[in-house]
Amino acid sequence: MSIRRILIANRGEIAVRVMRTSKALGIETVLAASEADLDSLPARLADRTVCIGPARPSESYLKIDTIVQAALSVKADAIHPGYGFLSERAPLARLCEEQGVIFLGPSSTQIEALGDKLGARARAAAAGVPVAPGGAAETLGEAMVLGREIRAPLLVKAVGGGGGRGMKRVDRLQDLPQAMELAAAEAGAAFGDARVYLERFVAHGRHVEVQVLGDGKGEVIHLGERDCSVQRRYQKLIEETPAPGLSGNLRASILEAAVRFAKQMQYRSAGTVEFLVDSEREAFYFLEMNARIQVEHPVTEAVTGVDLVAEQIAIAEGRGLRLRQDEVRPNGCAMECRINAEDPARDFQPSPGTVRAAVWPAGESIRVDTHIVSGSCIPPFYDSLLAKIIAHGPDRSVTLSSMRRAIGETRIEGVTTNLAFHAEMLADPEFEHGGVETAFLERFLERRPRPLEV
Amino acid sequence: MTLTAKDVAEIMRLLEESSFDSLSLEINGIKLNFQRGSQARMPPASGNVSSPATAPPVTHPATSKAKPPCEPGLLDVPSPLLGVFYRAPKPGEPPFVEIGTKVSADAVVGIVEVMKLMNSVRAGVAGEVVEILAENGALVEYGEVLLRVRPEVRK
Repeated sequence: MSIRRILIANRGEIAVRVMRTSKALGIETVLAASEADLDSLPARLADRTVCIGPARPSESYLKIDTIVQAALSVKADAIHPGYGFLSERAPLARLCEEQGVIFLGPSSTQIEALGDKLGARARAAAAGVPVAPGGAAETLGEAMVLGREIRAPLLVKAVGGGGGRGMKRVDRLQDLPQAMELAAAEAGAAFGDARVYLERFVAHGRHVEVQVLGDGKGEVIHLGERDCSVQRRYQKLIEETPAPGLSGNLRASILEAAVRFAKQMQYRSAGTVEFLVDSEREAFYFLEMNARIQVEHPVTEAVTGVDLVAEQIAIAEGRGLRLRQDEVRPNGCAMECRINAEDPARDFQPSPGTVRAAVWPAGESIRVDTHIVSGSCIPPFYDSLLAKIIAHGPDRSVTLSSMRRAIGETRIEGVTTNLAFHAEMLADPEFEHGGVETAFLERFLERRPRPLEV
Repeated sequence: MTLTAKDVAEIMRLLEESSFDSLSLEINGIKLNFQRGSQARMPPASGNVSSPATAPPVTHPATSKAKPPCEPGLLDVPSPLLGVFYRAPKPGEPPFVEIGTKVSADAVVGIVEVMKLMNSVRAGVAGEVVEILAENGALVEYGEVLLRVRPEVRK
């Protein structure tokens, strides 16, 4: 069936992003917005905006019943969940399935299977995809036995979800009991599931992920990889494609493993398979699969020319994959900087407020995904992402120059941002060389001159 | 020329009867500014004003697209959530309230259904139902004005 009206159950730049493709396809959009977002750019761009509740996400963006009721009442054929909020909550996908509303994402069963990180790990192993040494640790006794086997340093991770929450690093085995307790408490609070598992900590790790598209019947293609190693406390700041300095063999093995995993899942829609790449040993390990469109998807779009939201829609309409693997030909390099309303001088504290003036970069090979215009209000209830600046070029060095130029052109007044911090990172020789590990940012923060404490 | 209290009262009466909302007067160095529309800041009866004081200052399309009240001093009864509005407990049964119905603050004035879950809406203020804006069976948004009540004057 063809989709004529989409309810967007999200806010911020991703709401604008989904609207742009929808409009281009002649699909109407209805924005489900909280009270705090009724004056936002997405609310102004949507064909219609319905107010789903107060600002607090638990009373608006996280209310599954309200969102499905809104979709039914405005006669939307489909719901796009964006990322975050309800995007990977199986109950929303399930209610959509029951009510005959198309969920622009994978099936509820797939979301559930991938949400269980330990289960996904087992599936990866079954598909012959390498996983880091580790496994379930239901009791402390079990954990100690396993811990001795895989040896410290190791990670205690949450079964119920990723993103660094409920994750603890253990450098000495005697600290394992305490780490288990902390991780379980954190996981319980964040995901409502206190189960944890152990995995070997890879010291020289890079975060490399593969964008895939699946038709839900076993056909899967990849659209290349993204390197997201520049991250602070598991929050990505800069992403790029291709991953710099990866050997041809290693890259091919990673891409192939991602496709194998997604095929085994009979994955439907756009998804991302995340890997930890041990650059010293030329080895890689499965981390998790994200069952949604990701923040950093535009770098893939830049080099492949594929509109991933349009493909999500086509797959949901039952039109399957519109490209064969050999038709995906990445062109050049792309890089993305996440501009956040946060203060690097104050330990990256969020800095909500009103944007007095916003000037975004433009010009050849620059794309800006944002919901911020002069006068926009940044409510304190949501994440601090203001914009994604994406540069595309024939090679990494040209792309990096464009990105530096674009960051330099950007002006945001009224709230503190990490723009200057981005400029510093982009000027760093190690980053310029390319292929940094996930430990890069911590080191970078330590060696950079600190602003004077007052 | 001096301005007496009686003059001020007279000016206020003139503004009151006029169709203007504000009046500025400057006589011999005395500046007087009158502003009509204090009914927008009625004493909060039971926290039932259309936008609670703690809410961020947003123009609520759901509220602002509602037609203006037919008389000053009416209080909005907003929808507590997004859903389908029903005026009666069941199809075919008489509505909870009609225009002219006297309600107490905890009187049920309608139902908002969210995925088969019925949520009763209470008046929140004692008085008389003067306007009913929401249509039976229609989608109402969070904060949308369902009906308006003329609050009971307390003695």
